[in-house]
Amino acid sequence: MPNLTPDSVLAELQPIFQEALDNPALAVTRSSSASDTPSWDSVAHIEIIEMVERHFKVRFDLGELQDLKTVGDLVDLTIRKAQR
Amino acid sequence: MLDFSFCHINEIMMRRRSLRKELLAAEGLKDLRVAVLGGSTTNELVNFLELLLLSSGFRPAFYQSEYGRFYEDAVQDSQELIDFTPDLVYIHTSCRNVRLAPPIGCTEAQFNESVGRELGTFLEIWNSLERNIGCQVIQSNFETPPYAILGNMDAVAYGGLSRFLMQMNVAFAQEAAKRPKLIMQDVHGISARLGVQNWFDWNRYWNYKLLLTAEANLEVARSLTSIVRAMYGKSRKVLVLDLDNTLWGGVIGDDGVERIQIGRETPVAEAYTAFQEYCLSLRNRGVLLAVCSKNTEGIAKLGFEHPSSILKLEDISCFKANWDPKHENIHEIASELNLGVDSFVFVDDNPAERAIVQAQLPQVAVPDVGSDVSRFAEIIERGRYFEPIALSKEDLERAALYADNSRRDAFKQTFANYGEYLDSLEMVAEIDHFKPWYLERIAQLTNKTNQFNLTTRRYTLAEMEAISSDPRYIALYGKLSDRFGDNGLISIVLGRRELDALHMDLWLMSCRVLKRDMEVAMLDAVVERSLSAGIRRILGYYVPTPKNGMVADFYPKLGFEPHVNENPELPERATVWKLDPANYKRKNQHIRVTEYANA
Repeated sequence: MPNLTPDSVLAELQPIFQEALDNPALAVTRSSSASDTPSWDSVAHIEIIEMVERHFKVRFDLGELQDLKTVGDLVDLTIRKAQR
Repeated sequence: MLDFSFCHINEIMMRRRSLRKELLAAEGLKDLRVAVLGGSTTNELVNFLELLLLSSGFRPAFYQSEYGRFYEDAVQDSQELIDFTPDLVYIHTSCRNVRLAPPIGCTEAQFNESVGRELGTFLEIWNSLERNIGCQVIQSNFETPPYAILGNMDAVAYGGLSRFLMQMNVAFAQEAAKRPKLIMQDVHGISARLGVQNWFDWNRYWNYKLLLTAEANLEVARSLTSIVRAMYGKSRKVLVLDLDNTLWGGVIGDDGVERIQIGRETPVAEAYTAFQEYCLSLRNRGVLLAVCSKNTEGIAKLGFEHPSSILKLEDISCFKANWDPKHENIHEIASELNLGVDSFVFVDDNPAERAIVQAQLPQVAVPDVGSDVSRFAEIIERGRYFEPIALSKEDLERAALYADNSRRDAFKQTFANYGEYLDSLEMVAEIDHFKPWYLERIAQLTNKTNQFNLTTRRYTLAEMEAISSDPRYIALYGKLSDRFGDNGLISIVLGRRELDALHMDLWLMSCRVLKRDMEVAMLDAVVERSLSAGIRRILGYYVPTPKNGMVADFYPKLGFEPHVNENPELPERATVWKLDPANYKRKNQHIRVTEYANA
């Protein structure tokens, strides 16, 4: 995907988080994490990752997924994988 | 609304919650309590299953075992599951759940012992569920393993995991055949069709103990939904087919029957032949075939007389070829077959026809088969419309019938004369006044019999119901069984009384019992009842159609005399025949006749 920027990726992540966490009004930020975002449990996490991978046509490695802590980490990882 | 059989998985995943809300708003949903006992994480599967069941008219409530605790939940610690009172328990296990696979160098005896012990775990589960809950159980069988450690030999050597899982699947199948409440889900086949490369997701397995890809979970959910639909009688029953460029290549009205593409001469003709073979195989397992074509009927029917046509006219339960809109014809097919359009699948190469049928009759399944005949069958299969959970008694009898007939033919050759053959069949007929529990079959037979049918009058189920309790009618059905099997209800005779005359409004018989003297036994019964009702003359009518030439001389052969046509409503070419019951001598010599016995 061409021209991914941290802002554009974050914007494209919003509908995914809204769907997976069942909250149409939700707006995540780079610092959002599972611990401070309601409904972001392990089941929702599976759904988020699956949808992000499908949307950006990337596949994350096992180890990369383990290191994700915040939405910002996810944005950066997505850009890195998409540019490869 | 999405067609969940065909839409892309991303559409479902990105819109799941809104789709769910939309579907939950529908009225008349049937509550269904589903327990999923998983050998791996099942949330994603359950999410898909929920949507698909909702779109099939169910409102599911789910119980999910903790990851991997399928055995414990079913056998050891099952109170929570029992309290859930499931209508259905689904056990979703995989090759990762196999505990006792035999070691590489094992002997046949060790192999058999391993299979027996592994099967024992599942027997415990099924027995416990049967004892404690008693509901329907669906068990997935095993996919092929992700790696074949022994290469091709993995499927041969006793120590091969492939060989072991194959044997387990055979053992599962044998158990499912024995246990009416156990249904096997053929994950082996489902995973093979998707491709095992697209089946396992090791990344998700190590991360979340979620073994399958989302695509695989969707396929599992689609298959489960079709099983549930079948359990609740919602499988579809009728395949409605267009003709030109659907059952054969070309336009028969323009090209002529000699130029349509069917047979083995060209690749395209071969593909149409293969599609006809697919349709015939559906018919042979009990799916009704109907034709709905924009054509002149006489010309359209010629296509089935093409020497290479696999389908013959008698394979088609209802034939509509005219210039009316297709949705109107489909409506008529439904009323003639006495089935709802929600049991119909419509196949047409023309996207405009598909669109109008889908718009006018949303309950009809209209798969987008495209226009390439080589893909039709595969696309229809993907819809899983005709899923059976058991070959029903009717289906089995229908299939057995063909086998019985060939055995009868072989048997016939050993007899000196035909009468001796008929006697040797040990035929027993049940001939009696219509019974309520046969009315559906009576209406069905009335509306599908074309050849051995003297008047080809059609009656709805409601009309037959009214007739069965109307004292003016002598309304008889005939069933025939013999030493090779039961032919079921195969003849209907309907006489309407006016003063001292009995008018034979209907006389029909299934061609499966031709030349068995059943028609003679029916006549005996008609005469007997006429005499006790004080009837002095029986009037038989033959109304010719393009299909019933075989019975043109039916009445004279039975001893009826020609009679003038007094009825102005009858077509000009119809013939009328008269019999005086007082001078009639019983004709049946080979069939033992009984009345309905409440045995």
